[in-house]
Amino acid sequence: MSTVIERLERAQLRRVPSFQAGDRLRVHFQVVEGTRKRTQVFEGVVIKRQGHGARETFTVRKQSFGVGVERTFPVHSPKIEKVEVAARGDVRRAKLYYLRDRVGKRARVRERRYTGPEERVEAGLLHDPAAELEAQAAAEPEAVDADGLAADAAVAADVAGNDEVPTDGTVAESEAAEAPSGKQT
Amino acid sequence: MPAILAKKLGMTQLFLEDGTVERVTVLEAGPCPVTGVRTHERDGYEAVQLAFGSVKEKYLTQPELGHLKKSGAPPMRLVKEFRDEAGEHVVGETVTVEAFEVGQKVKIAGTSKGKGFQGTIKRHNFASGPKSHGSHNVRAPGSIGASAWPARVMKGIKGPGQMGNKRVTQKGLTIVRLDAGDNLMLVRGSVPGPRNGFVEVRTDG
Repeated sequence: MSTVIERLERAQLRRVPSFQAGDRLRVHFQVVEGTRKRTQVFEGVVIKRQGHGARETFTVRKQSFGVGVERTFPVHSPKIEKVEVAARGDVRRAKLYYLRDRVGKRARVRERRYTGPEERVEAGLLHDPAAELEAQAAAEPEAVDADGLAADAAVAADVAGNDEVPTDGTVAESEAAEAPSGKQT
Repeated sequence: MPAILAKKLGMTQLFLEDGTVERVTVLEAGPCPVTGVRTHERDGYEAVQLAFGSVKEKYLTQPELGHLKKSGAPPMRLVKEFRDEAGEHVVGETVTVEAFEVGQKVKIAGTSKGKGFQGTIKRHNFASGPKSHGSHNVRAPGSIGASAWPARVMKGIKGPGQMGNKRVTQKGLTIVRLDAGDNLMLVRGSVPGPRNGFVEVRTDG
């Protein structure tokens, strides 16, 4: 894929908690009714994640009045206010389509016993253009008239801010891969 | 009525401000130096000639290089004339994406992806015959005309042949975003041709 498209997609990525198929999620998303905006919560089991980058989506399945309901959300949609991981599932598949054929008690996902400490994820863009602009602005005068102290402090603050972004193993890896190109742009 | 030459970089999707997803094609459009102007007196028609696609000098012939040098343009691969934009530019100007506006309708022409020699089902959306019950008419085109009259196949009957790899114009595309810094133009929907293919962008209607 062209680097231009990668950059366009990276600018749209949002901070989301790490979750995978089998996890029970509470998805808070905005609904527009006429002129009013309100937040709805959709709680259910993730049955799949598919796609990469800004195009990634996940599907949540729940039972509503005895009827199976599935909703697919873009992972990085600005309409999603918050994603809460209610429980971690113990599953052996990436796609839990078999849940569709099951009803009642059999349609449950076993919970994982120990999942480690839960991380807190602030909503917002993963690569905030405002913060990057500040870093650039701080770096430029340094190059011109060596305004050392202020620039260094700003860069240090920016780096610290990046480190605080909580991510799981896979996301952290992909971030590390993206990081050098991200700094350049 | 601006027009510009562009390279198709590929497709992706954007989240708009209201949260909806827009599928877009990313084009690297311009900057296109004006390398010539055709006039009624001299050439018998009116047009503006634009160049696009920077290349090394060694990939161009001496006549091509000489022509570009005359207008002060760097070595470029593609040179095209636009008739509707005649009289808008003079030699030495440069057309960039800033000539366009977000929300504007454009039509984009390019060479479609070649599909080779194809039958009527893929090429003209003919229906296929029954596959079972002893049928020998699975992908055949069917009747191509009557018998006694006209006693020949009428001209223009749809049949098998080369599909794709010809000029296609996609009309009514909306510009979703412009980026003057990177010369990017994002239009809603798809654009003819492969990635890295050259296309012509004109204002529509």
